[in-house]
Amino acid sequence: MSTLQRDWETERSAQVKEEPAGRAGDTEQNALPSRLATPTTWQIGGRTLTSRFFLGTAGYPSPAILQQAIAASGTQVVTVGLRRQLAQGTPASADGDFFGIIKATGTHLLPNTAGCRTAREAITLAQMARELFDTTWIKLEVVGDEHTLQPDPFELVDAARQLVKEGFDVFPYCTDDLVSCQRLLDAGCKILMPWGAPIGSGQGLVNPGALRILRARLPDVPLIVDAGIGSPADAVQAMELGLDGVLLNTAVAKALNPVRMARAFGLGIQAGRLAFEAGVMAQQDMAVASTPVAGHPILL
Amino acid sequence: MNAALTVPETSTITLIVNGAAHTTTARTLAQWVQQQGLESDAVATAFNGQFVPRALRADHALAEGDTILTFQPIEGG
Repeated sequence: MSTLQRDWETERSAQVKEEPAGRAGDTEQNALPSRLATPTTWQIGGRTLTSRFFLGTAGYPSPAILQQAIAASGTQVVTVGLRRQLAQGTPASADGDFFGIIKATGTHLLPNTAGCRTAREAITLAQMARELFDTTWIKLEVVGDEHTLQPDPFELVDAARQLVKEGFDVFPYCTDDLVSCQRLLDAGCKILMPWGAPIGSGQGLVNPGALRILRARLPDVPLIVDAGIGSPADAVQAMELGLDGVLLNTAVAKALNPVRMARAFGLGIQAGRLAFEAGVMAQQDMAVASTPVAGHPILL
Repeated sequence: MNAALTVPETSTITLIVNGAAHTTTARTLAQWVQQQGLESDAVATAFNGQFVPRALRADHALAEGDTILTFQPIEGG
């Protein structure tokens, strides 16, 4: 064995020491180690999950496509809403037994308080959601601006404080502002759901730096990027930043093929998480040759 | 004593239900839900702006002009 080969093997073995049974790039020939093929478990809101994909249930072309998208995504948590009935006596099955369809998927339900503008509204809606959906989980939304649907940090904190006292597991939809996030934690929240971009905009992560700071300053708080995700690449980026999960709806529901897009997001979120755990290399300004040239003749 | 309890059982009162006027002979929130043909767990209810848990609907007497809101599960993001 040449010196060069020994050097190479030493270097590669240092790089892949966590996977001694195989070498990088061997996956075509060898089965992926089972612990890489199976996502690791994680905890949120008192439950243990494997999927890090939270999927919304609104705006799909049909209930059947919604069901298929949920299955294709691999999600274990779906978001649901409440609607005030528009007319007296409207049958509860007016939406084609939407709730029955969702329950049949076996996923955990995360009801939201969409449409609320004040803490009082959100608290009342959360209380109703707990009874209707039989869960203490609540995605707390209190919007402060009609055009951007930006969360109102002040009403959000007020609502969160009260709901935590009432025994809810509050998932606050919030901005990426560090201090307002800290106030939500002070109010008793154990989870944060910072926005990536305005709801339904598909802009992706408009301020990845802020999300990176949240991750660095709040290393032990589950962070779920919620809203604004457009493509699986956005979800991968969020996961590579070390966030714990991604919640999205429109990017799947409004895709030309929602079922395939649900699968694409599911794979992307897995890939992004795996990349984060593996450790993405540092960027450099200048080229760094990947092919070893030491000991090679300059001219052939 | 609640005013509703003084109204004869057969007479009607007018409520505001989900924003619209609604006459009923029901005397409690629980009776009203039942009269709509709704399963008790199919909707969540608010009475005069306050959430009323399922188990407490029978304790809420209805009176002329009271407001009821009902909520049901829908899709959500």
